[in-house]
Amino acid sequence: MNPAGYAAQVRRAWAIARKDIHIYYFKGPVLIFGIFMPVFLFLAFLMGSRQLPLSFLIAGLVGMTLFFSATAVSPAIFPWEGSAKTLERLASCPITVEAIVLGDMIASTLFGIGITLITVIIGMALGLSLLHGVTLLVAILLAACCFSAIGMLLAVPPTNVPSNIMMLSSLLKFPLVFISGIFVPLEQMPSWGLALAVCSPLTYFTDLVRYSFTGSHFFGVWIDIAALGVFMVIFTAGTMYLHKRTMPKRM
Amino acid sequence: MSDAIEVSNLTKTFGPTIAVDHISFSVREGEIFGFLGPNGAGKTTTTRMLTGVIPPDEGTALVLGFDITRSPVLAKQGFGVVPETSNAYTDLSAWENLMLMGDLYGLPRSRSAERGSELLDTLGLLERKDQKVQAYSKGMKQRLILAMALLHEPGLLFLDEPTSGLDVQSTQMILALLRDLNRAGTTIFLTTHNMEEANRLCHRVGIIRAGKIVALDAPEKLKTAIDRVHKIEVSFDGKVPGDAIARLEGVISANQTGDKWQITAENRDAAIRSLVTFSHQNGAKIVTLNTLAPSLDDAFLRLTQGAHP
Repeated sequence: MNPAGYAAQVRRAWAIARKDIHIYYFKGPVLIFGIFMPVFLFLAFLMGSRQLPLSFLIAGLVGMTLFFSATAVSPAIFPWEGSAKTLERLASCPITVEAIVLGDMIASTLFGIGITLITVIIGMALGLSLLHGVTLLVAILLAACCFSAIGMLLAVPPTNVPSNIMMLSSLLKFPLVFISGIFVPLEQMPSWGLALAVCSPLTYFTDLVRYSFTGSHFFGVWIDIAALGVFMVIFTAGTMYLHKRTMPKRM
Repeated sequence: MSDAIEVSNLTKTFGPTIAVDHISFSVREGEIFGFLGPNGAGKTTTTRMLTGVIPPDEGTALVLGFDITRSPVLAKQGFGVVPETSNAYTDLSAWENLMLMGDLYGLPRSRSAERGSELLDTLGLLERKDQKVQAYSKGMKQRLILAMALLHEPGLLFLDEPTSGLDVQSTQMILALLRDLNRAGTTIFLTTHNMEEANRLCHRVGIIRAGKIVALDAPEKLKTAIDRVHKIEVSFDGKVPGDAIARLEGVISANQTGDKWQITAENRDAAIRSLVTFSHQNGAKIVTLNTLAPSLDDAFLRLTQGAHP
């Protein structure tokens, strides 16, 4: 098998993903950040806005859970590995930068999906009925890939200080949550808010989750899926291209 | 014999600093090549370019026949790297690190397991293979790094200060393994500060100073090339006239230090013959007689003089 071929590189990316899951994702603080933080945000919002139904809030909770869990660790992996010199080990192995990024994305995607499915199960246990399960699964898969790519994009600045990246990450992630129809329904947003919302992939995911649980949506289902797909492709291609350029600066 | 590494005009700059300045050299298949130089001379930058960690700004490097810039994966598939700083994953066990390497080099899991067991056994780590690397000593980490670099049976091995700061046991173990590997045909590119190590191991050495190659030859040739004047150290069992020694054939000067005479000579053979005759004539037995060839240290210091800021 040609070691530089796609099949070999995808296998090596899977090895990177397994390593990431083992080292970075099965850690207490990561689980706490991935699960509890969105839950507490949700509870705070529920207590503050009692007029909104649980079926509306579940979309926001699922959206936040997937978004926060898929972007919780991936931005810090490159800085961690850069400072520990393990990135140099990977750079001298027969694996492309694109495959390393893909491996990090796979780990992040799987972690996001796993945590989100727990949230969905809890929602259903609370009495919510899932009307469009296949749509929800497709949405979770696409959005997890898209959010993982966003997480890797946040790691592009070639610093080996994880706290710098986490600060940048928070600065970007929190505003994105507020413009994505999680706390304010898209129907109630002013035009400028809606203009911002259409720029966020989280908006389309939240809309799809809402459709899956309530049958209602703001955009069409196919528009939501297409938008998520386009965002995913652009972010994935962008993060791979940019990491290839910045990787030598980390060494 | 073909070349395992062919470097042509390789250059790397960091801002205004030229770290590596148009260097060209080659490493033959099957040889141990020592790459020496003072701190900041460009050794590590060169090694990083050759191993595909950073790209060169100019020039080319063919590693095992592949251009490291254009076909990095194919080149990297054929070599292993032992960096100066241990870079195994400390949250993984030695075994998990090895299996990760096996996966990254595309080895079947059964082959990785077989090779991993062999290498850990050879390097004395088999009993602690399931322990996390963070509990390892520096010597154990370095041995593990060597095992990780050798798992895929590379034809070329890059080592950056592999024995730096290690205990005698780990050092000897690593050096013995390198000799065995070389005997089995592995080409070795060794970056080191340890002149004795380079002298004993390397078939040829390259010395880099301020980003330029200043010498490239076999250690013995380098040593003799730097000094045309030979030194001889001799001691007698009694007092001898110093001025008479200085006048002997082939002797340039003679200085007494303690109970020994330090003699400089243009012709080592003639000077030794004169000294033997002199001892007979003066009834003084020779207790010790040593020829002091310049060491690789001397050659290194001479060639890199003024390299430090």
